[in-house]
Amino acid sequence: MNLLSHLPALQVVIPLIAAPLTVLLRRRSVAFAVALIASWAALAIAVLLWLQVAESGTLSYAIGSWPAPWGIEYRVDRLNSFILILVSGIAALVLPYSRASIEAEVPPQQHYLFYTMFVLCLTGLLGIAITGDAFNIFVFLEVSSLSAYVLIALGRDRRALFAAYQYLLMGSIGATFLVIGIGLLYLMTGTLNLADMGLRIATVQGTRPVLAALAFITVGVSLKLALFPLHQWLPNAYTFAPSAVSAFLAATATKVAVYVLLRFYFSVFGESAVFAKLPMEQMMLLLALAGMFAASTIAIFQTDLKRLFAYSSVAQIGYIILGMSFDSVSGLTASIVHLFNHGVTKGAIYMLLGCVALGMGGTTLARVQGLGKRMPLTSFGIVIGGLSLIGVPGTAGFVSKWYLLLAALEKGQWWLVFMIVLSSLLAAVYVWRFVEAAYLQEPRKDTAEVAATPWLMSIPTAILVIAIVYFGLDTSFTIGTASDAAAALLGGRR
Amino acid sequence: MTGATTSMTLAGHFTYFITVFLMVAGLFIVISRSNLIKKLVGLGIFQTSVYLLYVAPAKLIGGTAPILSDAFTVYSNPLPHVLILTAIVVGVATLALGLALVVRIREAYESIEEDEILQLDAKPERDGLEP
Repeated sequence: MNLLSHLPALQVVIPLIAAPLTVLLRRRSVAFAVALIASWAALAIAVLLWLQVAESGTLSYAIGSWPAPWGIEYRVDRLNSFILILVSGIAALVLPYSRASIEAEVPPQQHYLFYTMFVLCLTGLLGIAITGDAFNIFVFLEVSSLSAYVLIALGRDRRALFAAYQYLLMGSIGATFLVIGIGLLYLMTGTLNLADMGLRIATVQGTRPVLAALAFITVGVSLKLALFPLHQWLPNAYTFAPSAVSAFLAATATKVAVYVLLRFYFSVFGESAVFAKLPMEQMMLLLALAGMFAASTIAIFQTDLKRLFAYSSVAQIGYIILGMSFDSVSGLTASIVHLFNHGVTKGAIYMLLGCVALGMGGTTLARVQGLGKRMPLTSFGIVIGGLSLIGVPGTAGFVSKWYLLLAALEKGQWWLVFMIVLSSLLAAVYVWRFVEAAYLQEPRKDTAEVAATPWLMSIPTAILVIAIVYFGLDTSFTIGTASDAAAALLGGRR
Repeated sequence: MTGATTSMTLAGHFTYFITVFLMVAGLFIVISRSNLIKKLVGLGIFQTSVYLLYVAPAKLIGGTAPILSDAFTVYSNPLPHVLILTAIVVGVATLALGLALVVRIREAYESIEEDEILQLDAKPERDGLEP
């Protein structure tokens, strides 16, 4: 067997092995090198997997050569190869960025542990995305969550500790709800393999345990993906975590949770008539709209930019869920594309905010006054990210919102088109808050002169900002993959 | 439904009642207590209920481990037991990390009561600049 056929396992195993290595080697620069190699290798493998899947269809890998319904199967299709590229791509950019960024924010003796937790978190997120086994999802979810709690607790401010504690409580409750749901599904179908479960559930569809499983999984995963009103842990966690951690988690953690929801809804429950038995579509539509409006409105009144964009994340999750609620190919395409585009946009914004925190000593609106003069490029980058959040043509955010509008029109829901545009205006208001402080106000006398941004931070950040514009202009990769993935998810029914 | 069958289903569902009781009790403690350690105790009880949910249906009375032999015809399902072994490890790790965070919170805030900590955090943000 050649190495290429083991790529699905290597995708997870390489970062997993890197984690203990960083602990054993201890030296900060060696640990950094190991983590960097692991994350770049993960990106290379993700790209190779995407190419393989695009060429020859779904890959199935039997761990330990135990065949699929009995053994653990890693299953790579169009959807999760796309997610793998997002997660490993963001990690490959945030890791070099983090070296200079944590210098100022984390005590030096903890740096090697930072890299350990970072690659462990990466392992967990990649594992969730690649595995085709329901219980495996839970295990990887906990691997990524536990390391994420530690990463958040590394923040300078003591409030980071309490934010991590709250996230731990909410996250554990969410994960436990997910296990309860998986347990009920296992009791009813006798299998843990997701594809197999999707086939067998047809015989027990509509029974009460299956409906209960649907409810438990929905609530559990919604806690993880911060669906309004289960988003309470998110703003504090993103605000007080070290900048590199905020960038990584904001771009990947909630997105992978969305993937889990997509997988369960359409690959497992999709075949059965469960959607018809509960008002799932209406419920998701309502929560999505509530999130889009409430979270955007709260964002307008924030004084710290990290917190402002955290609330914006909750609102953007609303758009993703809105696309899912349409239950159509175009709606799902919009969801999956927005998942990717928003990941890129938020990753870029939080990386830029990390540069601001380093240069100006903080990210409150008072500190960024006159940022346009002091850090012109960084400031311009945040504006591009903001335009993408609003959905201005030429940015990634426009593409996904455009598809969302098309999906709403396809359903004949004119009022939804109006709501999407209206909530984008709210986004324009909170982005304006930054523009006003950065460009229309003079730099404060009492803020220090700006330290130059290290190139290790500025280059990865610049790549991601360029990616925002690139994915706004060339949609062949994003839309191409997402529409294939959406068609495959709904394929069982149409 | 006759009295006999009702009591049969009640007895048959005994483990489910215990499971649901533990689940709700644990979740209630997490929500209602303000002491951070008691919250973690609640979380532990909540997670324990899931162990029961998995393991109880997998055990058959008189069933043995699935070893092929002419002497036995009834087997218990080993898979849920193994899954729960994993879940227990995850639960222990979560509890350990939670307690470690509480220790750090106690050092930073001199308190492990949620309402006191929220009060301490509610003071206006200073960030070193005049408004």
